[in-house]
Amino acid sequence: MTRHTLSVLVENKPGVLVRIAGLFARRGFNIDSLAVGPTEHEELSRITIVVNCEEHPLEQVTKQLNKLINVLKIVELEPGSTVQRELILIKVRADAESRSRVLETVSLFRAKVVDVALDVITVEATGNREKLDALIKVLEPFGIKELVQSGMVAIGRGSRSITDRALRPVERSA
Amino acid sequence: MTEQMTGRKGPEGAERPPGALRAPGGKTPPSPPASAEPPVPSPRDLAARSPHHQASRADQPQPRPAEPPLPAQPQGAPLAAPEPPRAQVTTPGKLHATGAQALVYALERVGADVVFGIPGGAVLPAYDPLLDSQTIRHILVRHEQGAGHAATGYAQATGRVGVCMATSGPGATNLVTPIADAYMDSVPIVAITGQVPTNLIGTDGFQEADISGITIPITKHNFLVTRPEDIARTIGEAFHVASTGRPGPVLVDIAKDAMQATTEFVWPVPFDLPGYHPVTRPHARQVREAARLISESRRPVLYVGGGVIKAGAAAQLRELAELTGIPVVTTLMARGAFPDRHPQHMGMPGMHGTVAAVGALQKADLIVALGTRFDDRVTGKLDTFAPGALIVHADIDPAEISKNRRADVPIVGDCREVIADLIAAVRAEHEQGRRADLTAWRTQLDSWRGTYPLGYDEPGDGTLAPQHVIERIGKIAGPEAVYVAGVGQHQMWAAQFIDYENPGTWINSGGLGTMGFAVPAAMGAKVGRPDATVWAIDGDGCFQMTNQELATCALEGIPVKIAIINNGSLGMVRQWQTLFYNERYSNTDLHPSSPNPVEEARKLAGTRIPDFVKLAEAYGCEGIRCEQNADVDKVIERAMAIEDRPVVVDFIVHRDAMVWPMVAAGTSNDDIKFARGMAPDWGGSSE
Repeated sequence: MTRHTLSVLVENKPGVLVRIAGLFARRGFNIDSLAVGPTEHEELSRITIVVNCEEHPLEQVTKQLNKLINVLKIVELEPGSTVQRELILIKVRADAESRSRVLETVSLFRAKVVDVALDVITVEATGNREKLDALIKVLEPFGIKELVQSGMVAIGRGSRSITDRALRPVERSA
Repeated sequence: MTEQMTGRKGPEGAERPPGALRAPGGKTPPSPPASAEPPVPSPRDLAARSPHHQASRADQPQPRPAEPPLPAQPQGAPLAAPEPPRAQVTTPGKLHATGAQALVYALERVGADVVFGIPGGAVLPAYDPLLDSQTIRHILVRHEQGAGHAATGYAQATGRVGVCMATSGPGATNLVTPIADAYMDSVPIVAITGQVPTNLIGTDGFQEADISGITIPITKHNFLVTRPEDIARTIGEAFHVASTGRPGPVLVDIAKDAMQATTEFVWPVPFDLPGYHPVTRPHARQVREAARLISESRRPVLYVGGGVIKAGAAAQLRELAELTGIPVVTTLMARGAFPDRHPQHMGMPGMHGTVAAVGALQKADLIVALGTRFDDRVTGKLDTFAPGALIVHADIDPAEISKNRRADVPIVGDCREVIADLIAAVRAEHEQGRRADLTAWRTQLDSWRGTYPLGYDEPGDGTLAPQHVIERIGKIAGPEAVYVAGVGQHQMWAAQFIDYENPGTWINSGGLGTMGFAVPAAMGAKVGRPDATVWAIDGDGCFQMTNQELATCALEGIPVKIAIINNGSLGMVRQWQTLFYNERYSNTDLHPSSPNPVEEARKLAGTRIPDFVKLAEAYGCEGIRCEQNADVDKVIERAMAIEDRPVVVDFIVHRDAMVWPMVAAGTSNDDIKFARGMAPDWGGSSE
């Protein structure tokens, strides 16, 4: 099993996400991570899906996704040629005794403190999965009270955009 | 991870329709992108049609009785805008109309001439202008499932889009089975459902069901329409999506208030389907590669599926088969795509296929699969299917190619275009002197066909052999008649023992296996092809699931002929119990004459419950019973002579008859038995 990142351009319409998530569930795929948001075109949304599966089933699910009327384009993003980011917010215990050590860790990871209370600070960090996993690991000994993580978003490196071709009128027979 | 998006809570949750999910941050309502498609109506929709308008409109639609107790006046009517004069309807351009009128006008414009349905609270506004339509015949069915299967039967018999209509909640959920059925068999139908008013959506309102959410996995696409101005365009899109590419069911759920509000009816209207581009033209290089494999193979087979019939490619298929001399097998969905009496036809492959057809696939070195999907009922145990064959797989749906069996040459395209191009490419091969010698292969297959023909034993006790009954119906009604089957033994026998010579003359529920399909589908087929004789071959189990549509047939003047192959049991399940469950017949007995431990049941022994002849008569149909061999032809001929009302013939047949040949579920095609415990001798000469 390998991790694959799919970027799916869809019409920004009600019900589209449920069609896509439902298709993955129906065909027996577990979604590792999912993130949805607007794009530079207001009529389009972009969904980034991370799945763990073999090559052949991935091809099958991609073809099935392509059949959804609201799906305009699917691109698999290779880790080597894309920038991938996740966002994490962590509430970590930090009393007078441990606070300085927590802050040191936070700055080592180029993370940010976004909220402070008497016995806890909230840390925001972005990065790829490996970096965020490492951050969690070093903060764990202090005591993590709460943690929330976004789905991964990813974009290809270089000047090409996956959206510009999707909006061009496509020949019927193309 | 998905819950964060699928929850219906949130500040705007109350206004949101069920399943209405917008990507976070999607602030603006969707607007049509620049690439909206031109309003190209499907050629199939616009095919010459003869609107056979129904003379009598006596049967006014009755509201579903389950309305809340308060209404003293029919809902919907008070809000309906005054009718525009009919003359305006054909005027192009804009027209002031209610959403419901826009719906009916759009249905007229896309060429829907028949709608099967039942009114009810939420869909009432649509039924009012429907009453005035000069071109749409509405057929009031007795159960929404009947409406759905009728639309399917109509579509299968005519190649046009079938239409069914129902109200919200239970009306809509009763359509779920026929929609799933049409999805599995790629039948173009459009289901129109009323939905509760927008302000009630998401509140568990009376007769509310999230039918667009429910049918996502079983429709090609569906729509929830909440604005009157979207209704006409959505109907156009629904017909376009249903009938182009790989056909399939499309559901349009319309909120009641959208039908009641006024709007401008505009036609034609540009589609907003930026993500829908079905591919019909095959890739030339792949076609040439397929032709090269064809001229190099020694044991090729044309494995033909329902896609060939849907593409209207029967003539092209015959030309290709005769040009190449390649033997043909036609799947359950493709019976009629290639003439049964053609010497190259090996019959139907699969679980109950002929030895020659199954053997042809198993021993082939090249399978040219056309509009078919390597279904488990055809391949048997997949990893032992046709082990020595290269696969050319042509299908209009790219997702079918290499889904089950990896294709060596994938071809995406409409079968008619694919086969036409293949013919040209094969001719080019022939001109260069490349042509396979198939003599040995054909001899081999002919010997299997001769040694293991389809057959059956006459029961020793003088009772009727079901196969004989079905065979005689086929012979007497002939190859121009349309045959519609339910699901089970009778379906397999009807596929085996009736000779199909023409596409569109065999209609059945292949993929979903929907018991109860036959009566309503036959009704739809007869409506679509009123000049053809339509025989439903049904089982007594199946018949009891949907026979209420006999009332519809009798009242609407739809003279179908129903042959009940009555073995007093759920025959196919019983066959499996005989073969795989040590003859322990758990709950497959439908007949009161068998020893039953319950005293009440014993008292009923020998009676007929129900008595299908009396039942037929109660429904205003002719009821005939047939129990003896000598009467079979006479009874069929009598049924053939009755044209003014539906006929039901109750054929009491032997209950232990079994369907052979058989490849047991999950086993290899190599282990096919042509009778119980009898395996064919493949001879091994071709390997």
